[in-house]
Amino acid sequence: MPATSPKKADAPGGHPSGDPRYKGIDRVLKRQQYQQDALIEVLTSAQEAFGYLTEDVLIYTARQLKLPFSWVYGVATFYHFFSLKPQGEHSCIVCLGTACYVGKSNEIVEALEKEFNVKAGQTTEDGKLTVTTTRCLGCCGLAPVAVLDNQVLGKELPETTIAKVKAVLAGAPAAPSAAKPQTEEETASA
Amino acid sequence: MNRTELYAMAQAELDRQQKFRCRLLCCASTPCISSGGTAVYEAVKQAIEAEGLQAEVEAVATGCVGPCSRGPLITVKMEGREDVVYEQVTPEMAARILDKHLRSKPVALDDKMLPADWPFFVKQKKIVLADSGTVDPEKLESYVARGGYTALGHALREMTPEEVCEEIARSGIRGRGGAGYPSGLKWHMVRKAPGEKKYVVANGDEGDPGAYMDRTLMESDPHRVLEGMAIAGYAVGADQGYIYVRGEYPLAAKRLEKAIRAAERRGLLGSRVLDSNFSFRIDIRMGAGAFVCGEETALMASIMGRRGQPVPRPPYPANKGLWGGPTLINNVETFGNIAAIIGNGAEWYASFGTEKSKGAKIFALAGKVNNTGLIEVPIGITLREIVYDIGGGIPGGRAFKAAQTGGPSGGCIPAEYLDTPIDYETLQKLGSIMGSGGLIVMDDQSCMPDVAKFFMEFCMDESCGKCTPCRVGTVQMHRMLDKITNGTATMDDLKRLEELCLMVKESSLCGLGQTAPNPIYSTLRYFRDEYEAHIKDHHCPAGVCQFGAKAV
Repeated sequence: MPATSPKKADAPGGHPSGDPRYKGIDRVLKRQQYQQDALIEVLTSAQEAFGYLTEDVLIYTARQLKLPFSWVYGVATFYHFFSLKPQGEHSCIVCLGTACYVGKSNEIVEALEKEFNVKAGQTTEDGKLTVTTTRCLGCCGLAPVAVLDNQVLGKELPETTIAKVKAVLAGAPAAPSAAKPQTEEETASA
Repeated sequence: MNRTELYAMAQAELDRQQKFRCRLLCCASTPCISSGGTAVYEAVKQAIEAEGLQAEVEAVATGCVGPCSRGPLITVKMEGREDVVYEQVTPEMAARILDKHLRSKPVALDDKMLPADWPFFVKQKKIVLADSGTVDPEKLESYVARGGYTALGHALREMTPEEVCEEIARSGIRGRGGAGYPSGLKWHMVRKAPGEKKYVVANGDEGDPGAYMDRTLMESDPHRVLEGMAIAGYAVGADQGYIYVRGEYPLAAKRLEKAIRAAERRGLLGSRVLDSNFSFRIDIRMGAGAFVCGEETALMASIMGRRGQPVPRPPYPANKGLWGGPTLINNVETFGNIAAIIGNGAEWYASFGTEKSKGAKIFALAGKVNNTGLIEVPIGITLREIVYDIGGGIPGGRAFKAAQTGGPSGGCIPAEYLDTPIDYETLQKLGSIMGSGGLIVMDDQSCMPDVAKFFMEFCMDESCGKCTPCRVGTVQMHRMLDKITNGTATMDDLKRLEELCLMVKESSLCGLGQTAPNPIYSTLRYFRDEYEAHIKDHHCPAGVCQFGAKAV
């Protein structure tokens, strides 16, 4: 056992800041055997742990995968999924796919922007709410669709969305039934 | 596992299912979950337990049934009786459904029952989606009981790789990703391409807004895709497969992951598949949100962990793809067809569809139509049958204006072509494409220049920026369309717009740019008068565009 401990210290991994969230990144790195092609997977899990990609995370990832920083930065800014800015406590994503567009989802976005004084893609000043748009969630049968804190809301109108967002901001669980994602996990593991 | 054990597993599962007097199939695909399907499934399980019916009744969470706008859906399967489908089920209805079917109590539920001869179901021909809605996507046995993996066993034992390719070629199947390239030809090319290490890639990126058949297939019947990929791997000589799943589809990825693990544990994937000398591994790669990654060379770049930017072809992926090896890239839906073709024979498959386009195609029917959802229809069906028979017509009895197919790369089919058969050639002649299968119905409240602007905004956002015509051209086209829809354009602008369309189409590097002008072309072709009304009269016939005071 003692022989392994110095090795561990030398092994790639372990951020000097000692932030435990880097351990999660290390785990993914190890699972992917430090393969450079696993960059997107590493960034995805880093974003899950940190909420967004900090410069530190990008530098750390670049070092661990022995990739130039510009390369990592290029990938992180290319894909819509990655965000280099902190996200709000709650998120409301409005779908702008064709079916939702035909169902006038742009009016929902405009109403949200006006109501919460925030541009689509940005976070409110108090850091409570991020309003974003996406291209088609594939729930076209329920168009127009919005996603509030991972809860899909279907057949929305500007007023109903605003009411639900306000309820969530006031501390209520995401409508209509907050237990849903949990029970889904349970059924999956059962 | 060998084939005997496979058959034994299927038989054991069938015997187990037979023990139940009644099986309640609850749809657990994303649209139904979004409308409360999980709570319904829980309520059904609770009701069964509360009444002590565990030995007689089984609740199963299945894949997509089809009519997504009517979810959550429950299918009641009973021995010797016709299946009954309930729509818009609420948790409190669960006990009543049990009462009605098992206790034979007179419970009024008829208004939630979908008629057995409902055109939505009757007019379809399900090949890929045949088992979706009846199998449990998270259970390997369930798929095996429906005859799963027997086609793979048949291919491995009784066919040479060349014969498999030949069978696919004879079936006449064409790539379901949109372009319609003959799949058999592609398979032969990869098989003959020199190279030590070959790859099979399933494209499940599906960035088209309004299309979700790939997701549904991966969610509802993941093993069917895996089996198709394994057969392809055997046919072209690959031992590694990747399935590229769009980042927005976490449920699909989770179910695929589970399916791969289960298949590997039983020896249906991994090393020495079904006790043969063939080994095949499949890994999942998640996308991270980039429409351009649906393009094959960009998709390969993304799999290798780079920016998803396309590279010029040739060399085609069939010769030089992932890490320089020959790579077979097909759409997820194409792989979904493979097991059925090998299992039933090429002639069987070729008996559906038209002269040049064989088989059936999945469409995601959405927009201004009464029944939205996922349908699989024989190629060659008319648009009228889809919109009015299957879709149940336009809400509020409004007039059909156009159907948009193929997403941002496609075009619109106006009302005068409602009776033309839908196949690859006809759609192309009409200035549209089959695309991955999104079909959005629009009524007279849609403004066509505005629709074109919507798609151009999409292409502008999604352009990867590598080649100038696409990066700059889409922005300019969007600007011109914006001028048209806010009433500040002149006829000169329209002329320049058309010239620009041609330039972008001819000089872009990949499919995104080459097809970006299509929505403009097709709306100009059929609805030129609307453009002119905007420009000359400052009037929007559909009443969508706001002109304000600045119009001169």
